[in-house]
Amino acid sequence: MVELSVVRLEYSNVTMRFAQSGRGTLTAVRDVSFAVHDGEVVSLIGPSGCGKSTLLNIGSGLTAPSAGIALVDGERVEGANAHVAFMLQKDLLLPWRTVAENVMLGVEIQRLPLAERKKRAEKLLASFNLAEFSAHYPHQLSGGMRQRIALARTLAVDPHVLLLDEPFSAVDAQTRMVLQRDLAQTLSKARKTALLITHDLLEAVTLSDRVLVMSARPGTIIDEIAIDLPHRDDPFARRHDPKVNDYAARLMDRLEISRVAIESQAAEGAA
Amino acid sequence: MSGHTRVSQVRRGAPASLALLAAFFAAWQWGPSLFGIPSFIVPPLTMVAREFVHAWQFDHLLFHTGVTVAEVLVGFALGSLFGAFVGYLLGMSPTAEFVLSPYLLALQIAPKVAFAPLFILWMGFTVYPKILVAVLIVFFPVMVNVLTAIRGVDPDLINLARSFKATRAQIFWLIEFPTSMPPMFAGLRIGSTLAVVGVVVGELVGGNTGLGYLLTFGEGQANTPMVFVSIVMLTLVGGVAYLGVILVERRVLHYLPARSANRGL
Ligand SMILES: Nc1ncnc2c1ncn2[C@@H]1O[C@H](COP(=O)(O)OP(=O)(O)O)[C@@H](O)[C@H]1O
Ligand SMILES: [Mg+2]
Repeated sequence: MVELSVVRLEYSNVTMRFAQSGRGTLTAVRDVSFAVHDGEVVSLIGPSGCGKSTLLNIGSGLTAPSAGIALVDGERVEGANAHVAFMLQKDLLLPWRTVAENVMLGVEIQRLPLAERKKRAEKLLASFNLAEFSAHYPHQLSGGMRQRIALARTLAVDPHVLLLDEPFSAVDAQTRMVLQRDLAQTLSKARKTALLITHDLLEAVTLSDRVLVMSARPGTIIDEIAIDLPHRDDPFARRHDPKVNDYAARLMDRLEISRVAIESQAAEGAA
Repeated sequence: MSGHTRVSQVRRGAPASLALLAAFFAAWQWGPSLFGIPSFIVPPLTMVAREFVHAWQFDHLLFHTGVTVAEVLVGFALGSLFGAFVGYLLGMSPTAEFVLSPYLLALQIAPKVAFAPLFILWMGFTVYPKILVAVLIVFFPVMVNVLTAIRGVDPDLINLARSFKATRAQIFWLIEFPTSMPPMFAGLRIGSTLAVVGVVVGELVGGNTGLGYLLTFGEGQANTPMVFVSIVMLTLVGGVAYLGVILVERRVLHYLPARSANRGL
């Protein structure tokens, strides 16, 4: 288990309202507070539209909350922060840059010396078994490889905190399992702190130390479940643990997935 | 894989294409007399070729071609630079676009070649009015394509750069500018052929230099072969300009999958 010492990422009473054209405001998230400790991996699950991505944008400093604050390493987040890096479902690779140049994007923006940039890219590409593709262009690679390059780009800036927004939801099931293992090993080896947004309950259980459950909009944290299982660095091993299913079932209950399904059927019937 | 299909395409297509060219030349040479069309209406190929040699020796064909080429080059370069600049400016400033777009739209609807007489009134029988028509005509396709490209940049890409603490300049040079390259080249391709149109119209309207002048000179003397020679030369100039853009585009956009596979125009 991770010792819960230093708080790396914290949300304190965060509320986010968006102006809606003509119809007042929309409260996306309301009064969200939680903390992620050093080296911890926390998953965030909740119905779509409940404000998960909004929270991620607030944590990365891209959006300012309407109320409350986000803190990274104890400092209030105001604008982008060099200690936080994010990764989305879209790989966002630049087609005119080679694989290595894409990995170096962040460190180039941060003006690290060229030699250091190259060293980091080489090391990361080697650790993801992509060294032989470093001179390729993104269009020459598969979706899984592209997503791994996006992860390497995220890690290249050596962030304290990784914010991952459904990073593997666009790849096929088998590739996703491999990517999940790569992520789990990397996070654990480098002792990185991560907030992972996901739709996949098994992904949440196999990759995290803790899972936060959000309600429908206005999103707020309605439950927190500690995953008390070994092998956080090996989702394959965790998948074999029968307790994983118990956790997943519990998350399903908390999300009221069966009730939501019945409601949407009823809505369809009425329409 | 696509390389192979391309090779077989060339192997199958090239002889047919050459045969078509030969047939066209033959029809040009013997068709008119066959149908009783007098040579002052459609001069046969050899007559046009003789006129080419004559114009080269006695009518300064090379000089006139050079003048047209220079005007096209300068007009194209200025028009595309200006178009790209305004495209980036409007793309990055919605306020500027809001203020300027009605006027730009009006200017875009106005037929640019209609300005040629006006420019000649202003600047006389010099090369400048011709260049100016070319600038105006090249400006729009480049400006519109760049503007649309900048508007279309994925906001998540901008956010990615921002999350690495990119400055405004870094966002432009690392994300926006490269994203705008493929549409910009599409605009430059169109511009390269339009530049020739602009210059020729300017030359037709006034002055005594350039292929457009040679065209009206030939017309005035009822020298149909000279008109043909001028048209052929203008087509060559436009073709070379277009090819030049394509060659540069291939080097710049080498990373695009479609480019390496399909070497066609
Ligand atoms: N920039 C924005 N302007 C207006 N509304 C927004 C904006 N971003 C998100 N929203 C709204 O906030 C709600 C939460 O969005 P989001 O955080 O993307 O949800 P999730 O990631 O959980 O699916 C949605 O209803 C969405 O339409
Ligand atoms: Mg989302």
